[in-house]
Amino acid sequence: MLDLASNNGQARQEQELANSPLAIRGLTVSYGQKPAVFSVDMTVEAGRMTAIIGPNGAGKSTMLKAALGIVPAVSGQIQVFGKPLEAQRARIAYVPQRASVDWDFPTRVIDVVLMGLYRELGLLGRLRPSHRATAMDCLDQVGMGDFASRQIGQLSGGQQQRVFLARALAQGADLYLLDEPFAGVDAATEKAIIGVLKTLRAAGKTVVVVHHDLATVAEYFDNVFLINTRKVAEGPVAVSFSAANLQATYGGRLATAQVDQLALALG
Amino acid sequence: MLMDALLLQLGYNATLVAIGATLLGISAGVTGTFLFLRKRALVSDAISHATLPGVCIAFILMASFGGDGRNLIGLLLGSAVSASAGLWCLNWLTRNTRLAEDAAIGSVLSVFFGFGIVLLTVIQTLGVGRQAGLEGFLLGSTAGMLWADAMVIAVGGAVTLLLILLIRRPMTMVAFDPEYAAARGLPVSKIDMAMMGLVMAVTVVGLKVVGLILIVALLIIPAVTARFWTERSDYVVLLAGLAGGLSAYVGAAMSASAPNLPTGPIIVLMSFALFLLSLLFAPNRGVLAAVLRHLRFQRRVHLRQGLLALAQGQPIYEKLTLRLLRRGGMVRADGVATNIGKARAAKALRDERRWAVVRSDHAHEAAAALYDGLRQIESVLTQDQISEIDRHIGGPKEVLA
Repeated sequence: MLDLASNNGQARQEQELANSPLAIRGLTVSYGQKPAVFSVDMTVEAGRMTAIIGPNGAGKSTMLKAALGIVPAVSGQIQVFGKPLEAQRARIAYVPQRASVDWDFPTRVIDVVLMGLYRELGLLGRLRPSHRATAMDCLDQVGMGDFASRQIGQLSGGQQQRVFLARALAQGADLYLLDEPFAGVDAATEKAIIGVLKTLRAAGKTVVVVHHDLATVAEYFDNVFLINTRKVAEGPVAVSFSAANLQATYGGRLATAQVDQLALALG
Repeated sequence: MLMDALLLQLGYNATLVAIGATLLGISAGVTGTFLFLRKRALVSDAISHATLPGVCIAFILMASFGGDGRNLIGLLLGSAVSASAGLWCLNWLTRNTRLAEDAAIGSVLSVFFGFGIVLLTVIQTLGVGRQAGLEGFLLGSTAGMLWADAMVIAVGGAVTLLLILLIRRPMTMVAFDPEYAAARGLPVSKIDMAMMGLVMAVTVVGLKVVGLILIVALLIIPAVTARFWTERSDYVVLLAGLAGGLSAYVGAAMSASAPNLPTGPIIVLMSFALFLLSLLFAPNRGVLAAVLRHLRFQRRVHLRQGLLALAQGQPIYEKLTLRLLRRGGMVRADGVATNIGKARAAKALRDERRWAVVRSDHAHEAAAALYDGLRQIESVLTQDQISEIDRHIGGPKEVLA
């Protein structure tokens, strides 16, 4: 009886792993001897928008980067749509933090978006009008069509962020991972980005966002993943985005007033 | 004489040198651009200095086995081996210690170069070493350039350019956004390694012409020069090739046109001349353009402030402001506003009031973000929107007599 139950449990877990767009098991990432992320499991639900939330330095971005193999992990397994990461690269679109690149780089907006078509272009493939049309379409989706031939250094922070999103859209991926896309952007950009993400979700895509604004979590997202070096909670916003879980994630870093306010907002 | 040199009329050796140098200039300019875009320009200095021990050891080995110690292919192979060793040390230091790349470059560069100089001195005290002419690798020596030397440069340069054509897209992606490139599954460190390998190839090939101390100039200056003229990385690459080739060609010709002019250093000075021209006169990023832009901006600020002061009947003390107003026919010589001045002042003040409404109204958030004190409100809002705002403000205010 007991054996059967545990077998069932195992089977269910395997099923879950195979279906999940991004499943992380036992991920530990460390800079030097200090783990930034310790033994974290995450199972992203398909077709939903998930927010990764936690205080500064809690390992949110690091977890995402390790999941993509950008920074090396000490231990852990990553599965993307039930297969190893390397086999599934084409299905993932990553939007790095805006501040991670030099915006004085000599390139135009359209060239950045065309980088999203790298796989289609290959090493020597010629740039065709169809590639350009795809890139323009992605720029239009984020409301940046008029900026295609601008130098990227002339853009505002919010516009830069939208260009990064357009580059991800150009890939035509199934899983979108965004690192702090709303950090330091104007209201118009925030609205544009969330609109695009919701369109993606409506098309059955999966979206995971490292997010820092607790006030908008319930409005924007279906699921949350709370992390502070270790995983604190994971699940639907209605269940897991609770005052108790936030207290456990942020500890003393969240003022009592903030917690009360959130508790009120959450009902 | 210089004309003859430029037209390749100065004999076999001069022609050979000019063609070889030009090919080197093109491939160094193109290769160096990717290094520049990746912000690792100084690595090339470490690579070039690390070639010296290899050249010396290759010479010693070849001489002691009874061969010709001066065989160029052998010497270049030796330099490539020790440059790789230097590059490996550099990568190891930055990856496995807390040393920043600049400190690692300084350490590797000086140690390898110091070791090379020791070996060079030892070779010169040996019997065979006197005629070796290895010092030529320090600053380049083109006097005795042979057909085979030119061929080495031509083939090396062509292969380098071909490889760059092949991996230019991944190299550009890695240079702009290495994290995104890694997320797409590009082997970032391998691409970096390939880039360094290409730089090493150019360095080794160019040792004979410009020497290891100055090759860095051929790699970096053309890229920096090209950057002044364009905002597109592919154009930077092409222009850098052009600038590198041009300065090498003209430099080689100049050095051939007069006795005792060293080829390498003259080429470097030529490429500096192109750099200086670009620095001063490039249309957008040049110094002159920046100064003009600032002056124009300053005039706009003064004019606007002057008009607002006129409208509010405040005295104007700034000489520049008064001069601009007078030149525009807005005030008379004695400082009293003319009719044009009064009209424009009233308009400026009214626009300020309109802006105040825009900036306090949440509905105009996007437009309000564009306010900078100078922007014409008509360029941001439609006539209908402005009329709507004017209804809030009320009728025209009294214009000061």
